[in-house]
Amino acid sequence: MAFEPRIIGFLCNWCSYTGADLAGVSRIKSAPNVRILRTMCSGRVDPAFILKAFQLGADGVIVMGCHLGDCHYQEGNYKTIRRLPFLKRLVKDFGIDPRRLRLEWVSASEGDKFAKIVNEMTEEIRQLGPLKLTVHREIERAIAQP
Amino acid sequence: MAKPKLALYWAASCGGCEIAVLDIHEKILDVAAAFDIVFWPCAMDFKYQDVRAMEDKSIDLCLFNGSIRNSEAAEIAHMLRAKSKVVVAFGSCALEGGIPGLANLTTKEDILRVVYKDTPSTVTQNGGVYPQTHSKMKEGSIEIPELWETVKSLDQVIDVEYYVPGCPPQPEQIWAVIEHVISGRPLPPKGSILGATDKTCCDECPRDRKEKKIKQFYRPFEIQTDPNECLLDQGMVCMGPATRSGCGALCTKANMPCRGCYGPPPHIVDQGAKMVSALASVIDSTEPEEIERILDQIADPMGTFYRFSLAHSILRRVEKV
Amino acid sequence: MVTINIDGRTVEVPEDTTILKAADQAGVWIPTMCHSEYFEPYGVCRLCSVEVVRGKRSRIVTACNYPIRNGMTIHTNSERVKWLRKVIMEMLISRWPNVKVVKDLAERLGIEKSRFTSLERDESENACILCGMCVNMCNDVVKANVLGFAHTGIERKVVRPFDEKTDQCIVCGSCAHVCPTGHIKMVLEDYRGKKSEFTLGPKTPIYVPTLQAVPRVPVIDAESCIHFQTGGCENCAKVCEPNAINYKMEDEIVEIDVGQVLITTGFDLFDASPMAQYGYGRLDNVYSSLEFESILNSTGPTGGNIVMKNGKEPRAVGIIHCIGSRDTNHHAYCSRVCCMYALKFAHLVRDRTDAAIYQFYIDMRAFGKGYEEFYNRLLDEGVTMIRGKAAEIVEGAWNENGDPSLKIRCEDTLIGKFREIPVDMVVLCNAMEPRKDSDAIRRLFSISKSPDGFFLERHPKLDPTSTATEGVFIAGCSQGPKDIPDTVAQASSAAARILSLISKGEVEIEPVRAMVQDEYCSGCKICNNMCPYGAIEFIEEKKISHVNEALCKGCGTCVAACPSGAMTGNGFTDEQILAELEGLML
Ligand code: SF4
Ligand code: SF4
Ligand code: SF4
Ligand code: SF4
Ligand code: FES
Ligand code: FES
Repeated sequence: MAFEPRIIGFLCNWCSYTGADLAGVSRIKSAPNVRILRTMCSGRVDPAFILKAFQLGADGVIVMGCHLGDCHYQEGNYKTIRRLPFLKRLVKDFGIDPRRLRLEWVSASEGDKFAKIVNEMTEEIRQLGPLKLTVHREIERAIAQP
Repeated sequence: MAKPKLALYWAASCGGCEIAVLDIHEKILDVAAAFDIVFWPCAMDFKYQDVRAMEDKSIDLCLFNGSIRNSEAAEIAHMLRAKSKVVVAFGSCALEGGIPGLANLTTKEDILRVVYKDTPSTVTQNGGVYPQTHSKMKEGSIEIPELWETVKSLDQVIDVEYYVPGCPPQPEQIWAVIEHVISGRPLPPKGSILGATDKTCCDECPRDRKEKKIKQFYRPFEIQTDPNECLLDQGMVCMGPATRSGCGALCTKANMPCRGCYGPPPHIVDQGAKMVSALASVIDSTEPEEIERILDQIADPMGTFYRFSLAHSILRRVEKV
Repeated sequence: MVTINIDGRTVEVPEDTTILKAADQAGVWIPTMCHSEYFEPYGVCRLCSVEVVRGKRSRIVTACNYPIRNGMTIHTNSERVKWLRKVIMEMLISRWPNVKVVKDLAERLGIEKSRFTSLERDESENACILCGMCVNMCNDVVKANVLGFAHTGIERKVVRPFDEKTDQCIVCGSCAHVCPTGHIKMVLEDYRGKKSEFTLGPKTPIYVPTLQAVPRVPVIDAESCIHFQTGGCENCAKVCEPNAINYKMEDEIVEIDVGQVLITTGFDLFDASPMAQYGYGRLDNVYSSLEFESILNSTGPTGGNIVMKNGKEPRAVGIIHCIGSRDTNHHAYCSRVCCMYALKFAHLVRDRTDAAIYQFYIDMRAFGKGYEEFYNRLLDEGVTMIRGKAAEIVEGAWNENGDPSLKIRCEDTLIGKFREIPVDMVVLCNAMEPRKDSDAIRRLFSISKSPDGFFLERHPKLDPTSTATEGVFIAGCSQGPKDIPDTVAQASSAAARILSLISKGEVEIEPVRAMVQDEYCSGCKICNNMCPYGAIEFIEEKKISHVNEALCKGCGTCVAACPSGAMTGNGFTDEQILAELEGLML
């Protein structure tokens, strides 16, 4: 079977989630590979969630929030622009291709941008291939022989 | 009535935890009086066969320190698990991999190469030899334990009842745990962390702290710190906020930032990621380039944020790239 | 009051007045030439000379600036006075025989010809008679201090500094206004960027914005008001009896505590000048819809007369729909109101002029109550409908005689033919677009915009007036183009929503809130400056942080920051999110 990337998308409630919704109601085609997890603000996205997503087998993670200055909570995404680049360094140190982690701003009106980003990222991850981590094998082994 | 049986074992560890046990000083006599010590390779001469011969669940308390780094440690861990009623992951290495866990930053191959080939003091013949699990020679064959690719914490190998964090655990905390068992009081629920509290190191740290805003990070040799002010406020990467309290903030009292040995506090799944989140949150900039510049000042992020917890973190190890 | 005697009549006049004013009150005419009520008496023409008698002595004084004293006796028509006036008038006529004010005055004084011959005789009707009114106006009233006299004697003349064009002139036109001979004229020219263009702004610096304005009081346009440029003039204040004019009034920032906000910031009109093919801003008589509205307005600049720049009625008017709307280069959306106002324009042009009317439309969208009926009525009124968007407007000749006008080139899609239609005036139906500063408003209230740039409602069908932010409502064109009935409906609904909350007295807030679990907080103070709402306070006695739930809006930023796991967010706890993640990855 062809490789279908599994991507976790953390979307803030006010802009990006609404933007994704708009993509849906506007019937814009986008890859079904992003599994969306809604948080109130991109500022709620704890770097640990992202590592956890990789641990659970995500091939990519994308965090989407309001454009800078547009955060519904004014400054939430300014925390995100510090956390994500920091985590990206760490992700790279963990030996994971940093292209597997993305931060994008999608406003409530950018349904098309949402679809474009999703398609782009899906394609990129498809090129990168599945993410295989030691921890996946170890967890599998632990499940196999309790 | 027979005295309860006590076993102590060290796997991949520096031995500090064993010394920490002795650091309870004269109380060690109480331990000897209260327990029948059946296994403690570091201090007394026992053989593996002696334990193997014991009945299952015949040891009442097993304090296991060190992480699992090779097949021998794993074998003994499984054996002690079978023979013991209560296994305690004792010290940071057993709890979360500890310093030996940093081997997960690299690969077994790289480690062997550096140790057996690349170090300048190693004189190699035929390009160097790696230790082999099985070697045959004319005297017969020998077998040595196999070094694992990935270091594991104790609970990734066997089921563990309790945890005592610390590198090493503080003597008074050790005594508190032992004393609890001696007293015969009911034991806490399985999985509890003993000898530590639910707050973080900052709780015990006497330093004054402000609302945090960091523009510049310093390494210990780069700054003369104020002895009364929070080190993090002064730009030192102190793991205190993401580290379970229990040590009494030993390091910060000695003017060094907490390195995180007591592991993450309850509810924190990944000490390193959490510290990254917290530190990034208080960086005082909204300009991407400036943020990158400030992040550049943090030396060795992996070694800093996962110094003790790498093997037990969400991703456990660095992938070979 | 003091008592004086003028020409044998005893009159009571106020103190502190001049002979000229006193005479005026007494109904006695004294000729003047350099005098104006705008400025202090100047006293140079000496035409107002009168004879003042005191005891046995009498003397000649200028009435315009000579103060009244009690018991004064004044002769305005004595032989001595008449002789003097005659000499002055004869001198004036000899130099400026054709200037109307001089001629009129001479006639009134019964002087027919001059005994003198002037070396400087000037036959012009608009000659400068050196009365100095313009100089006084400019210096005393306007305070621009541009005009002055140069030289003396017969060489005396009015000049600007160094007799050159000067930036000091604020182009107010006051000198031209007072000049009694028409010597000073306002010439429209491209000078210092002040375009010689017919503008549709206010006609005077102080004006009542519209007759419908509430409150209906005049406002001053500080950009064109003389006072705000030179500190002078203040004529409006001089004539305002209730003393209502205050030049010192300043913009104030007033802070008002409110529980709810209704945003009705409206729209901006699409600027058609980038669409060069329509020549807006370049070609005369091409108007935007709002400009045309102001032409139609009976209190507008043309008094409601549909005229061109040259003041003539147009022979044909073209109305072009969808300028910037339904156009992927500008706005993809339909502005919804243009078809109907375009029909209204046509109706009014038909009503007020004999012009031929052409409507250029893509689709005629007469969707509202009574709208289709109106459209049918217009068809019967003889409006020509051309289905096709005009491609271009060019300057052209009306007919072979070369009478200048405009030409609209378009494709008439119903007959499948390319046409060129001569018109005198074009009205563009510009798109409605979001206000230029709507992003700033949006950020202020943390609300979003839809792809068209207008404010985003919470739900397009079920909740069209509220927004993502609790207590913030939107109505009218700030939410999207709409006509008056729709705006009124939406605004009423928003008002009702607001009133219902006011009468309830309390607002329900989302239960998503952050909370510190005291037993885990070690008071590291990482979270304390996370919160944009200042909801996190540090409790010194307990050395832990605490979230004020009424202030917290539940973003969760502090939850992600807290390294101790002490901060937790209702509805979005770590456990919940991790469980969700696991579910997603199954
Ligand atoms: S020095 Fe470290 S442990 Fe002490 S308060 Fe600051 S961050 Fe916490
Ligand atoms: S301060 Fe930190 S590193 Fe030092 S002993 Fe305590 S927990 Fe360990
Ligand atoms: S960040 Fe967490 S531990 Fe630190 S003060 Fe805030 S709530 Fe307490
Ligand atoms: S969740 Fe957001 S709004 Fe609430 S206290 Fe934390 S930072 Fe402030
Ligand atoms: S609400 Fe969207 S990033 Fe904060
Ligand atoms: S009007 Fe009095 S001097 Fe001219």
